[in-house]
Amino acid sequence: MTYSVEIKSLDLKFGSFNVLKDLDLDIHDGEFLVLLGSSGCGKSTLLNCIAGLLEVSEGQIFINNRNVTWEEPSKRGIGMVFQSYALYPQMTVEGNLSFGLRQAGLPKDEVRRRVGEAAEILQITDLMKRKPSALSGGQRQRVAIGRALVRDVDVFLFDEPLSNLDAKLRANLRVELKRLHQSLKNTMIYVTHDQVEAMTLADRIAIMKDGFIQQLATPDEIYNRPVNKYVAGFIGSPSMNFLDGKLSDDLLVVGETKIDLTDYVFSSAQRRSDVFVGIRPEHVAFGEQISDAMLMIDANVDLYEPMGADTLVWTTLNGAPFHFRVDGQAKISRGQTVKIGLNPKQISLFDRETELRL
Amino acid sequence: MGNHTADRLEGPQGPKPQRKISPSSIVLYGTLAVVCLYYLLPLYVMVVTSLKGMPEIRLGQIFAPPVEITFEPWVKAWSGECTAFSCNGLNQGFWNSVRILVPSVVISIAVASVSGYALANWRFKGSEVFFTILIFGAFIPLQVMIYPIVIVLRETGGFIADITGTDFRLMGSIWGLVIVHTVFGMPILTLLFRNYFVSLPEELIKAARIDGAGFWGIFFQILMPMSVPIFAVALILQITGIWNDFLFGVIYTNPETYPMTVQLNNLVNSVQGVKEYNVNMAATLLTGLLPLTIYFLSGRLFVRGIAAGAVKG
Repeated sequence: MTYSVEIKSLDLKFGSFNVLKDLDLDIHDGEFLVLLGSSGCGKSTLLNCIAGLLEVSEGQIFINNRNVTWEEPSKRGIGMVFQSYALYPQMTVEGNLSFGLRQAGLPKDEVRRRVGEAAEILQITDLMKRKPSALSGGQRQRVAIGRALVRDVDVFLFDEPLSNLDAKLRANLRVELKRLHQSLKNTMIYVTHDQVEAMTLADRIAIMKDGFIQQLATPDEIYNRPVNKYVAGFIGSPSMNFLDGKLSDDLLVVGETKIDLTDYVFSSAQRRSDVFVGIRPEHVAFGEQISDAMLMIDANVDLYEPMGADTLVWTTLNGAPFHFRVDGQAKISRGQTVKIGLNPKQISLFDRETELRL
Repeated sequence: MGNHTADRLEGPQGPKPQRKISPSSIVLYGTLAVVCLYYLLPLYVMVVTSLKGMPEIRLGQIFAPPVEITFEPWVKAWSGECTAFSCNGLNQGFWNSVRILVPSVVISIAVASVSGYALANWRFKGSEVFFTILIFGAFIPLQVMIYPIVIVLRETGGFIADITGTDFRLMGSIWGLVIVHTVFGMPILTLLFRNYFVSLPEELIKAARIDGAGFWGIFFQILMPMSVPIFAVALILQITGIWNDFLFGVIYTNPETYPMTVQLNNLVNSVQGVKEYNVNMAATLLTGLLPLTIYFLSGRLFVRGIAAGAVKG
């Protein structure tokens, strides 16, 4: 198996502070990999290391099977798109797109051809003579993507490219980026703190915390089978409920409720008795969705937040706040006692001490 | 009256009427007028006096406009008046000042902008310490450096003369003074440029590095076109500072290479014969003409520079 980007035991220190610690990451050819995490987790730092904008303290970086650990950013075969677009303000769009090619000393008609192609793909041909200050945010980001595109490289790096755009534009450009990836089939490494972007765009997501990769898996796997409590709480909005439970053989006890775990797929052979029970708000069945296979619980409505398409209901279960999502058309009122159903297949169990998935 | 106005109640409606004259505007414009008068009156007296003949000046009415306008004092100040050492007027000093000014300004801004850029964007081990020392340099009183610099210039000049076999000298020459101006401009200019470059988005430099631009490529092609305002500020600072310098000029040059300010002083303070006030005024105005022109020109450049550098839309 050949990889597009390989990172081998990478360390990065700022002074005595370790930002990245012994990090390994292999990225397949043509893969869309998203580095996801809250701010300060080292995801942008990792991207800057791959780009060669930060010097690594230890370890190696391979791009297309070539050791680029000591290479200049321009020699690594990468293109990069920044959050602030980083367009050269005094140059026109055309000047911005062609700057890198002119630096590389490419012949004039080759430069013109490549710039024209990229402008065609991104539909910015009409803007070529404008300065960045005369462009909207979305147009600027297209130009920034174009600047990476003209370099004709195998690996694209994105550093939170959509964070400066408003919500609607962000959704549009997200779809466009996905389309772009499907047609170009380049390797793309994408840094974001937005889990919706991560879930929608990624082939695989690497969730980072404190310089470590917590889980590297497909969006589906990360959503349904998070490896630890941090990942489980980080992914999903509204976030996962955690209840205290006790485990004995195939029986889970939460407060007074007993849950039969014969359908639950355990990740490890280890069985601890003290566990966290993770339940996603959208996995709670309500009304007609409740079937006989589920565990039924009565809950008292403390608060509800109607959001149009669905409504978020807050209750108290076993002394802890518990929220779940119901259809927006459902009739809910404060103080009402409702019946909810849990599917044992859809819950996640975590060791109370190590917080790892059981 | 339209129909819908009938629904409105009595009392204020629509835009609030603005008072034409308010106490605050009286204070504001009054202060401005007084300050204007305070600064413009001496200038007026100088211009008027420089255009009068000596008999008219002796009447003692310094605010009266000239009855008979004469440009003779200006001609005399420029080319005929005796300073302590010669009778060529100020033009010798003017050209000396130009020959000191141009290399000093060019070299100091070139060196300071590049070092400010390096300190801001290419951090090296100890760059912060280096920067602190440089800033500290801005606070050392000039007086303690004067004599050491005399020795440094004399010895360095002598050394160069020895190895080249010429009679080259730095002390008492224009080049010595150029070095002194360049060195003394360095701390404040480097600080100026560094702080400006630090304020530019870091991602711009990252993007340029990925595009394959190196240290000089980024400086000349990306940063310099964005930095017109700060170059204008540095230019104003250096041109006025060096042109108006008297102390270094009188210490590190000799009578043939005296800058204009020193010659002006010699001209005005020469004690033989009658005090020619009109010539003195004309000479002073001539000396002040360059900084004045710079202010008018660069003010416009400054505004345009800021507009061109606008990154945000």
